[in-house]
Amino acid sequence: MSTETLPTGRPADQLRDGDKPAHAAPSAAARKAGGFAGWIDDRTSAAKPVNYLLRKVFPDHWSFMLGEIAMYSLIICLLTGALLTLWFIPSAGHTIYDGSYVPLRGQMMSEAYASTLNISFDVKGGLIIRQIHHWAALMFIVGLTVHMFRVFFTGAFRKPRELNWVLGTILALLAIVEGFAGYSLPDDLLSGTGIRAMEGFVQTAPVIGSYLAYAIFGGPFPGEMIIPRLYSAHVLLIPAILVGLFIAHITLVAVHKHTQFPGPGKTNDNVVGYRVMPVYAAKAGGFFFIVFGVIALISALFTINPIWAYGPYDPSPVTAGSQPDWYMGFADGALRLLPGWLEFSFLGFTLSLNIALGALVLLPLVYTVLGVYPFVERWITGDEREHHLLDRPRNNPTRTGIGMAAIVAYSVFMFAAGNDIIAIKLGMSINDITWAFRIGLFVLPPIAFWVTKRICLSLQRHDRELALHSRESGRIIRGADGSFHERHDALTDRERWILVQHEPVAPLQLTPEYDENGVARPAARKDRLRAKLSHWFFKDAVNPVTPAELAAAHHDGHHAEALEASDHDAIEQGADTDSTGLSSGSPVRD
Amino acid sequence: MNALAARRRHPAAIAILLMLGLLVTGFAYSALAPQPAQAEASTAEDVTAGKQLFQANCASCHGVNAEGRATGNGDKVAGPALAGVGAAAVDFQMGTGRMPMRQPGIQAARGDVQFSQEEIDQVGAYIASLAPGPAVPAEEDVDASKGDPAKGGELFRVNCAMCHNFAGSGGALTRGKYAPSLMGVESKHIYEAMETGPQSMPVFNDNNINAEGKRDIIAFLKSVEDSPQQGGHALGALGPVTEGWFAWFFGLGILVAAAVWLGQKSA
Repeated sequence: MSTETLPTGRPADQLRDGDKPAHAAPSAAARKAGGFAGWIDDRTSAAKPVNYLLRKVFPDHWSFMLGEIAMYSLIICLLTGALLTLWFIPSAGHTIYDGSYVPLRGQMMSEAYASTLNISFDVKGGLIIRQIHHWAALMFIVGLTVHMFRVFFTGAFRKPRELNWVLGTILALLAIVEGFAGYSLPDDLLSGTGIRAMEGFVQTAPVIGSYLAYAIFGGPFPGEMIIPRLYSAHVLLIPAILVGLFIAHITLVAVHKHTQFPGPGKTNDNVVGYRVMPVYAAKAGGFFFIVFGVIALISALFTINPIWAYGPYDPSPVTAGSQPDWYMGFADGALRLLPGWLEFSFLGFTLSLNIALGALVLLPLVYTVLGVYPFVERWITGDEREHHLLDRPRNNPTRTGIGMAAIVAYSVFMFAAGNDIIAIKLGMSINDITWAFRIGLFVLPPIAFWVTKRICLSLQRHDRELALHSRESGRIIRGADGSFHERHDALTDRERWILVQHEPVAPLQLTPEYDENGVARPAARKDRLRAKLSHWFFKDAVNPVTPAELAAAHHDGHHAEALEASDHDAIEQGADTDSTGLSSGSPVRD
Repeated sequence: MNALAARRRHPAAIAILLMLGLLVTGFAYSALAPQPAQAEASTAEDVTAGKQLFQANCASCHGVNAEGRATGNGDKVAGPALAGVGAAAVDFQMGTGRMPMRQPGIQAARGDVQFSQEEIDQVGAYIASLAPGPAVPAEEDVDASKGDPAKGGELFRVNCAMCHNFAGSGGALTRGKYAPSLMGVESKHIYEAMETGPQSMPVFNDNNINAEGKRDIIAFLKSVEDSPQQGGHALGALGPVTEGWFAWFFGLGILVAAAVWLGQKSA
C-alpha cells in the first residue's frame, strides 16, 4: 500500500466501499421464533446436528427396543449409583455395628458392610434405591444380551457394522466386569466369597498368578485395599469407559443408519420409519419410563441381594448357594464342570488348569469368539457388500444354527452354576446333574445346531411353497365336469414380497489349485479351506423363488394341485379366478 | 448354744459331724453336679412300652433288639444299630416324621409325624436304656427368647451355613443328599440335630458348640423366621440363582411385552 492512494476522508471508509449493505433486520415474528434457540445456535451451531438428529428416521420393530432396555437400565444404574455413593463408605476398616438391624448389632464388620446396612435400614428410601440399582444392573446385562441375540440372528453385524459389533462385545464384557465389581463392594458374606474366588482365579495364572494376586490385593488376602480399589473401578473407571464406548456405539448407529426388516418399499438404500421428532422422542422417552417403572416395581416387591441376611464377610465361613450374579454364572458353571484331574504339578510348580480354564480362559474366549464372528462369516461367505436390510433368521440357517448352538453351550455353563439349587429343588443328585451338564456341553450344541438348521430350512421350504402355491384354503371345489381341485387363497404382494425378497446364495467356487501354466497357486490351501467352509455354510441353502419359477407356477400350478389331474383343460378353466387373483395381487375371497 | 457347746466332746459328736458332712456334701453334689439335660425321668413301664412300640414299628430295619440290620445286598445297611444314640436322636427322628422311614432312599425326608409325643418318649426311653446317649434337651435350653440372635448368626455362618445356606433355606450335598431347610423346625429338634448329627450332619456336641451357643443358633433361626421381609418377597432366599432367573423371566418378559405393545402402536 502506498501513501499516494491514501484517501482524504476517514481511512477506513475506502475499505468499506465494496461492503454489501447490512441485511434488513428480521421481522419481529422471526426474531421471536429464533429467540432462545437462535441465541443458542449463534453460540454453538447446534441447530444443524440437532436438526439432523431430530429428523432422523428410525424403523419400527419391537426387537429394535431390546437395546433400549439395556440403555435405560444403564442410565438407571448411573442415577441410583450416584445416590448410593452419598452413603456408601468404601473401606475395609473395622467397626462395630450399632444400627437398627438388631440381628447384627454388636458384630464386628467392615465399614463398607456397615454402611450398606445403613443404606438398607437407616437411610430413608435407601433400600429401594439399592434394589433398583441391583435389579437394573441385572436387567442391563439381560437387555444387552437379548439385543445381541437380535443383532446376531438378523445379521445386523454385517458390513458396515462390524466395528459396532466389536464395540458392543467390548461393552458386554465391560458390563459384566462392572457388575462383578459392584457385587463385591458391600463386603457381605456372599460378595466376600466372590472376591475370595476371584483371588483364587488370579492365582491360577501360570507363573505370575501369585504376584498378580498380591498386586491386586495389595498384599495377602483379604487386606484392606481391595474394596477401595474395586470402588474406584466400579464408580469411576469402568463407568467412564462404558459410557464413552456406549456413546461411540450409538453414534455409529446414527452414522450407519438403523437396519430394517425387509418389506415392500424397504431397500438397502433407504430407511422406512418415523422421524425421531415427534414419534420416537415420545416412544423412546415413554419406554424409558416404562423400563424405570417396571424395574422400580420389581425392586419394591422382590428382594435382591439381602446383604443383611448374608452377614458380614469373614474368610472362614461360606454359605450354600454361593453363586455370582447370573452374568458371571457361565464362568462359575465352567468351574463346577471342570474335572479335578486337570491340576498338574511338576518340579514343585502347580498348574491348576481345572480352575484356570474356566476362570481365566473361558471369559475372554467367549467374548473374543463373539467379537470375531462377523469377520469369520464375511471370510467364509465372501460377502463384501453393505447390508442395511436384515436377514430373517430362517434365511440364513447356518448362522442361526451357530447362534443357537452358542446359546445352548453358554446356557449349559450358566445352568451348571446353579447345579446345587437344581439338585435341592428337583430332588436330584448333584453328581448326576454335573455329569449331565458335562455330557450336555458336548452333545447339546451340535443337536441345537442341527435342529435349528433343519427348522430354518423347513421354514424356508414352506416359504417357497407358500410363494409358489399360496395358502391352501382347505376348500375343495368340484368342477362342472365332476373333477375336484383345492382352492388356494392368494397372497398379497406384501406377503409375497417378504417370502421372496432375500438374495439367493451359493457356496464359493474353488479356484483351480494350478494356474493355466500348471504352476501351483500359493493361496490354494487357504482357498480350499474357505471353499470347504463356504460349502458347509451354504450347501443345503434353499433359495428364494425366482420370478421365472413364480410365473411357471402360475402357469401350470393348478395341474399339480388338482386332486384329479385327468382332465387338465377343464381344471384350468375352472381355476381361472385363482390365477387372476394371484397375478393381480389382491386376495380372492369367497 | 451352751447346751451344744457342752456336748461337743460327747463320744458320738465326731460320728454325727461326719454324718452331717457327708450328707451336706452329698446333697451339694447332687444339686451342683453337671446333669445330662433331662426333661423327665423315664420309668420302667415307659421302657417296656417303648420296647413294644420299637419292635412293632422299627425292628424290621433296626433289628429286634436295635442291633441294626444289613439288607443282604453288599454291605448296605437297612437300619443302623441304635445303642448309644440316646433319646434325643429318637425324639428328633420320630418327632420330625423322618422315622419310620417311608421308603428306603438316599436320605430320610421330613414328613408327617406318625406317633404321639408320649409314644416317641417311650421309644426314646427304651433306646436310652440300651446304652447312655444324649437326652432330650430341657425346655430352657431351647428357649429362643433366651438366646442372642446376633451371636447365633455368627455361629451359624461359621458352622452351618455352608450346607444349610445363609438363611437356613437348605442346600445340596453329594449324590442326592441334602441339608434340609431349617425354617419351621421346632427348637428342640434343631438342638437335637446338632447334638446327635442325624444322617449326613456332623455332631456338634457341647465340646464344639456349648448349650448356650446352640440356644443362640436357635434364636438366630427363629429371628430369620420371624423377621419381616425387608426387601419384599425373598424369592426363596436362595441367592443369585433365583434372582437371575427372575430377571430373565419376569423382568425381560414384562419389558419385551411393553416393547411389543409400543411397537404395535404406530404400525
